[in-house]
Amino acid sequence: MLAQSVFLILAVVALSSGVMVITRRNPVHSVIWLIVTLFSVGGIFLLQYAQFLFAVQIILYVGGIMVLYLFVIMLIRVETVAKQAPYSRQWAIGLGAVLVLACELMYGVYTGVESFHLGTPSRPPVDMNNTEAVAGVLYNNYMLPVEIASLLLLVAMVGAVLMAKKRFE
Amino acid sequence: MENYPLLVAAIKIVIVFLVLSGVVAYMVLAERKVLAFMQARLGPMRVGPWGLFQPAADGLKLLLKEDIIPAGADKFVFLIAPVISVVAAFTVFAVIPYGPSSALIITDLNVGLLFVVAVSSLGIYGIILGGWASNSHYPLLGSLRSAAQLVSYEIPAGMAIVGVLLVSNSLSLVKIVEAQQSSGLWNFFLQPLGFLIFLIAAVAETNRNPFDLPEAESELTAGFHTEYSGFRFALYFMAEYTSMVLVSALAVVLFWGGWLRPFASVAALDFLNYLPPVSLLMIAGVVFFFARRNPVPAEKWFLVAVAAGSAVLAGVVAVPVVMTAVQPIFWFTAKVFALLYAFIWYRATFPRYRYDQLMNVGWRWLIPLALGNLIATACVLWWAGPNPGRLKLFFAMLAANLAVAIVVALLVGWRSPTAAAVEKQTGS
Repeated sequence: MLAQSVFLILAVVALSSGVMVITRRNPVHSVIWLIVTLFSVGGIFLLQYAQFLFAVQIILYVGGIMVLYLFVIMLIRVETVAKQAPYSRQWAIGLGAVLVLACELMYGVYTGVESFHLGTPSRPPVDMNNTEAVAGVLYNNYMLPVEIASLLLLVAMVGAVLMAKKRFE
Repeated sequence: MENYPLLVAAIKIVIVFLVLSGVVAYMVLAERKVLAFMQARLGPMRVGPWGLFQPAADGLKLLLKEDIIPAGADKFVFLIAPVISVVAAFTVFAVIPYGPSSALIITDLNVGLLFVVAVSSLGIYGIILGGWASNSHYPLLGSLRSAAQLVSYEIPAGMAIVGVLLVSNSLSLVKIVEAQQSSGLWNFFLQPLGFLIFLIAAVAETNRNPFDLPEAESELTAGFHTEYSGFRFALYFMAEYTSMVLVSALAVVLFWGGWLRPFASVAALDFLNYLPPVSLLMIAGVVFFFARRNPVPAEKWFLVAVAAGSAVLAGVVAVPVVMTAVQPIFWFTAKVFALLYAFIWYRATFPRYRYDQLMNVGWRWLIPLALGNLIATACVLWWAGPNPGRLKLFFAMLAANLAVAIVVALLVGWRSPTAAAVEKQTGS
């Protein structure tokens, strides 16, 4: 009961701050609302006993990526951006996307709760905490995908550094 | 008491908050005093004996000052930014273990270390948003510098923490101290390089000398808090000093054995257990000595009362039961204060880094060192196998640390541009 009401609060906060992200004219305010969204999603992770995911969500997204967003946004002229009308060109695409999403949701509601069922997650052993369980799955069951993903990220990073350096020199 | 876990936690939080506020307030005075003594001055002397009531006077002054909001400021962000800084700095203390008994631990998260990294990285928002919302040049430049600096130094700090995590095999701060207790070796002896990296990164992340570029007064007036006044400025001030206490407490928990006595497993050093009453007696003696020489009668009697109070307290602490009970909290506090003193000491010793030097230290030296340390630690632990002997592990880690330091120094030093080349490039 408590968990459900906490979930409802977090969900409402996440969704309403998500709406705020796209309706604010000032990009810095958008970023602040995006941080609120990420926080409430982190709270939902915590509600599912995924402490590791919660911590990583805050460290990576809130503590890392959003700081860089702010860093970039602070350097652009906020006043001129605020005067421009956003999404005036993409409204047709946006409407299409909304229609598709609405159809999917309607279909889900139509077929009932069972269609949302994702299968019961396997409980980790009692003597193992959340972090170890995540590590075990990542490095035992999905070793190759993890390595490929990390290699891709490394290549992207080196590429970015190289491009920045070329322009600098 | 077991029936009201929330109430107990709330009481503990209030106590920690009050003690912490007191420590932070007196930290400001201690800094002014120590800096003054290092420069052959007296420091604050007016309010109370040796300026002992200066923090109260400062606090009152800041509370009563006008709270100015600049005309062009983004009001909401401007108001909320200092609060973010303070909340982020104070929240982390919820997972710091002050002693082995559950009464001295507010909460023992199984992802405690990640929680610490996550929440303390939020403090940066206070600085960035405050600087941006002021809508003024110096604060914006200050907060940009600050963002770049904090993001850069979070990486080596995080990697140094991962080294500790590998050695202690847990993310819970309580378990990390317990691991140091059971192995009989503080992590400092297994991770000297990691400690050094963490310490440097910690100084940089608290924006303290020699890394205080975000508020370099000769270049940026006061940096990100130039436009802040009154109580909101006090909040920033509090956040800075709280995060100093925080990184000191973290360094103690991660590397210096938390609440453990130095060399707790050596029976020959058991006389150190008598240090709490002895140090209180020493304080009483020093205060009494100065009280006799104080010319103002009111101050004189106040100091005599303080001396008598500490002597009585020493008597209470000397009771064996009490003495065992205060051991953990005494050692924890003593170690934290030692590190806090080091913070002040740096400020008196080191000149401020230039911006390119700051980036050089972070990216060219600390990050390669931290990466090398991480790999070397993992290799040594893999080589030593489960439950290695204490001495074997110590010497293997020492050798690995030295090797990493030498290799990185050779590699980085070789590739680094000479001072002349830097001067030619920057035109300075």
